[in-house]
Amino acid sequence: MNKLINEIRSNRNTDRVIKCDVPLDIEMDVRYKGQKSTNIPNLSENTLLRHFTNLSRRNYALSTTFYPLGSCTMKYNPVVNEKIAAFEEFSSVHPYQSEETVQGSLEIMYELEKSLCEVSGMDNFTLQPAAGAHGEYAGLLIIAGYFKSIKEKRTKIIVPDSAHGTNPASAALAGFEIISLKSDENGIVSPENLKAVLTKDVACMMMTVPNTLGVFEKNIAEISEILHQNGSLLYYDGANLNAVMGIVKPADIGFDVMHINLHKTFATPHGGGGPGAGPVGVKAFLKDFLPVPVIVKENNKFKISFGDKKKSIGKMKAFFGNFPVLLKACAYIKALGGAGLKEASEQAVLNANYVLSSLKDKVSIPAGSVCMHEFVLSSKGHLGDGVKTLDVAKKLLDYGYYAPTIYFPLIVEEAMMIEPTETESKQVLDEFTDVLLKIIEESVSNPEILHNAPVNTYVSRLNEVEAARKPKLHW
Amino acid sequence: MNVPNELFYAKTHEWARKEGKKVYVGITDHAQHEITDIVHVELPEVGKKFSKSQPCAVVESVKSAFDIYSPVSGTVVEVNEELLSSPEIINQSPYEKGFFFVLEIENENELKELMSAEDYKKSL
Repeated sequence: MNKLINEIRSNRNTDRVIKCDVPLDIEMDVRYKGQKSTNIPNLSENTLLRHFTNLSRRNYALSTTFYPLGSCTMKYNPVVNEKIAAFEEFSSVHPYQSEETVQGSLEIMYELEKSLCEVSGMDNFTLQPAAGAHGEYAGLLIIAGYFKSIKEKRTKIIVPDSAHGTNPASAALAGFEIISLKSDENGIVSPENLKAVLTKDVACMMMTVPNTLGVFEKNIAEISEILHQNGSLLYYDGANLNAVMGIVKPADIGFDVMHINLHKTFATPHGGGGPGAGPVGVKAFLKDFLPVPVIVKENNKFKISFGDKKKSIGKMKAFFGNFPVLLKACAYIKALGGAGLKEASEQAVLNANYVLSSLKDKVSIPAGSVCMHEFVLSSKGHLGDGVKTLDVAKKLLDYGYYAPTIYFPLIVEEAMMIEPTETESKQVLDEFTDVLLKIIEESVSNPEILHNAPVNTYVSRLNEVEAARKPKLHW
Repeated sequence: MNVPNELFYAKTHEWARKEGKKVYVGITDHAQHEITDIVHVELPEVGKKFSKSQPCAVVESVKSAFDIYSPVSGTVVEVNEELLSSPEIINQSPYEKGFFFVLEIENENELKELMSAEDYKKSL
């Protein structure tokens, strides 16, 4: 970066500007004339290109390495979807165009909504929310709106400690009080524990199924009954829908509202490569609370409808949400089809279990030796003197891997959460587990190596504590 | 692990020290060790009432954020503002300089429901 700044300061004029074909000798009104230099940074195209390429080479990305970041589901993003999203027919439309000139784009969104209904069993969807947590917030506003409409005062939301990490924050932002529910010894919600905290002012419980330990909530039918008998609703956090799509429909097992992280489930780009999309689905009795507008089909034409807005929670995002993301997800769903989506889930679960089976004798697996699409291991008692999970994660960077999620969920000590996803080959998984086991062995024979890791990366171990206590927010 | 005899302990790793009507509240040596280096603290407002086991403060380390629960019911009469600028005090002196806040206790019997130093040690 310093090199780049010096180059800007040197103010070398290195670009050849194409000769202007507009006459410049017109006398300009003095009011519009600049009084001083605009001071626009002056860099040659090739300097700038090298700068960004070099920056990107310091990155760990799905396109450079295996990326088993548990809970985040770093699925491979098929290139064909990017190509489709770049079609001029989609990329050059504008949301202010009239309905009849954007029929294709409207049809894509209409079709996507129908596909999401099919996968989830829900009756209606909004495509507006721009990310998973944004979807959670929208879903909770819908629940709040519903209870307001039936004049019930419900102020609390139950969140199990094995739920997706953003749930308590979304619930707090939507104005609810959070009740944290402890998982039982098998890492799932027990009906007895639920009954102990359930009161008449509970609006809903937010569940992630399978949960963040990678375990299916096997009491879900009973849990759903207990909540609904209490007049409370059940919210499905779709963070882990990628483990059960084509196999279980959340609406069929009692959920009333849910969001789907399109970037996790349907392979759209993720994290810094986003933006994301977090469509929210509801059962029919909550339809009127969805954000507007919605897309409807009348006489084979697609229309933008604001319907009866009285109950709607309003808008969650400008226009229709992140349309290119919706388009990529739609392309993925159409390419795989129902059977393909089911196979993707099965393969994700198989891959996770394959890695788990190679590691289970060398580390602790608190939730048992069978998992869904991801699993959490505990390295406590398996590493050398003074070596922590953090050190193992740092060492993995030296071997060229992006490190798995660590210290989450909080209910597992020295946790490491591994999610291989469905597109990795047996060879990649074998290489990764070999490296991980080698690091665990090294932690005993030569702990120093781990304390000093990483050594092969662009920057070595950062002082995270100082960075949090005294952050340097500029260079 | 340092577990002073004269304090009362909650299952959630807070300690309580009685001084007349006042109760000092903080987190145990074990808790600060498990949380690791604390980088941020949120304290309750003076005058706010909490019932027993209600979340009332937050500590954050590079690992994660954790709720702190009120070990007894009462009204906050003082908070340790020094922690806001120097949260590392909690790691350095969890039982003395690193106290979080002071409560005026409502019902002294609630202290008896907490664990003794010996019971807390056994629970670890």
